[in-house]
Amino acid sequence: MYIEFRKPVYITAYAAVAGKKESEGPLADCFDETVTDDYFGTDTWEKAETEMQSRCIKHLLHKKGIDKKDVNLLCGGDLCNQITSTAYTMRDFAFPFLGLYNACSTMAEGLIVASCMIDAGHADNAIALASSHFCTAERQFRTPLDYGGKRTPTAQWTVTGCGTVLLERAGKGTAITAAQVGRVVDLGVKDANNMGAAMAPAAAQTLKQFFINSGTKPEDYDLILTGDLGKVGTQLLKELLKKENIELCNHNDCGLMIFAPEQKVQSGASGCGCGASVLASCILPQMGKGEVGNILFVATGALMSPATSMQGETIPCIAHLVNIRSGKDLHKK
Amino acid sequence: MRTNRNQYDRMVRDASPPSKVVKNCIWAFFTGGTICLAGEVLTNAFVQLNYTNADAKMLTSIALVALSAVLTACGWYSRLAKRAGAGTLVPITGFANAVVSPAIEFKAEGYITGVAAKMFIIAGPVIVYGILASVVYGAVLYVKGRFGI
Repeated sequence: MYIEFRKPVYITAYAAVAGKKESEGPLADCFDETVTDDYFGTDTWEKAETEMQSRCIKHLLHKKGIDKKDVNLLCGGDLCNQITSTAYTMRDFAFPFLGLYNACSTMAEGLIVASCMIDAGHADNAIALASSHFCTAERQFRTPLDYGGKRTPTAQWTVTGCGTVLLERAGKGTAITAAQVGRVVDLGVKDANNMGAAMAPAAAQTLKQFFINSGTKPEDYDLILTGDLGKVGTQLLKELLKKENIELCNHNDCGLMIFAPEQKVQSGASGCGCGASVLASCILPQMGKGEVGNILFVATGALMSPATSMQGETIPCIAHLVNIRSGKDLHKK
Repeated sequence: MRTNRNQYDRMVRDASPPSKVVKNCIWAFFTGGTICLAGEVLTNAFVQLNYTNADAKMLTSIALVALSAVLTACGWYSRLAKRAGAGTLVPITGFANAVVSPAIEFKAEGYITGVAAKMFIIAGPVIVYGILASVVYGAVLYVKGRFGI
């Protein structure tokens, strides 16, 4: 489904909070807050993720200078079962809340739902949020943290990070102008340690549909930013699009930006906090400064569970896309 | 999409880097060998302390399991295992790590529904199929003995 918003939905504030390993990476100085203790001062990993989200929302509200009672809606989620991290955060904030789950594409999904609500006139403002925590995800999807296992070269490292974006009907500067809601794609990848390969076809499908619907080409954009395809997924995305006669250029992947090669994260980073925190810490500030004018943010999600993986099912994946523009690109057709 | 599942399977295999088999084997050989060497040293030490051979071997297993449990609790075992792979997985220390790590992990869910219930999520299959194999072995021995084969 292709959406062209009637009026630009403005991004008026953003914030990102990240964990210890992320604070040792190349984007360390971009985050609003990083921690040296991934427990965030709590006693369980689940509470830690909730605390991380709370801090991120507080940074966002503080930066915009609004009170929490003025927030019309929050659309967001995380990777925990029943998206409990976000639900427990909402227990304290009590915003009108739409809980979303599309695995690591949740941030793009949140931006789309929030933008639609604002564009349709149901809300004046809305927050999109997504987070992941290495320790909650690892124990849910893989093995206990202290278990001595070896990672495969195709494995990706779940980011401990949260990104929030405040969208408003009125504003100036940077805004969301269009979106592509993705379809579930499954090209038969079963290996839960090769998520990039599983998700690349979904990203290719969504990008192809968006280019057809919008009548644009990759070179029309300053940056095409995928969420967490990592090294393997990025290579496969380029190959898949080439077969569709689309030459992908100006591309980068959040999963290749957040950690340095010497941080030993195999194929790159993943998690819905990956795309969300890179967008809110690094990309949106660049757009605000006018360094980047027209971008596509394509977050990809692998929609399996530990049960379906154990039952030998292949991994269905999805990718959602938002077109974010700023400055002179904002009103360009 | 013009790519079908078979074509994509080939593309994925070409794009996915293989494991570094030689380097992994060298790490596994030397780490696993070091753990076995430690076991030999411990056995000899217990024999020197006038334990019987059977008791010395049992005490060696207990000592290695205890050492692995402590290293797991300190977070060092998983760090070593990231490089050592099968070298730390196959010896009895790996089994201890597989029991202790979920016990630590699920402590937040309580001592009964967390620690006790989840303790064997990784090691459970080893115990189940280990016992099954020993039953089969025992049955074979019984039949052999019965018929004087």
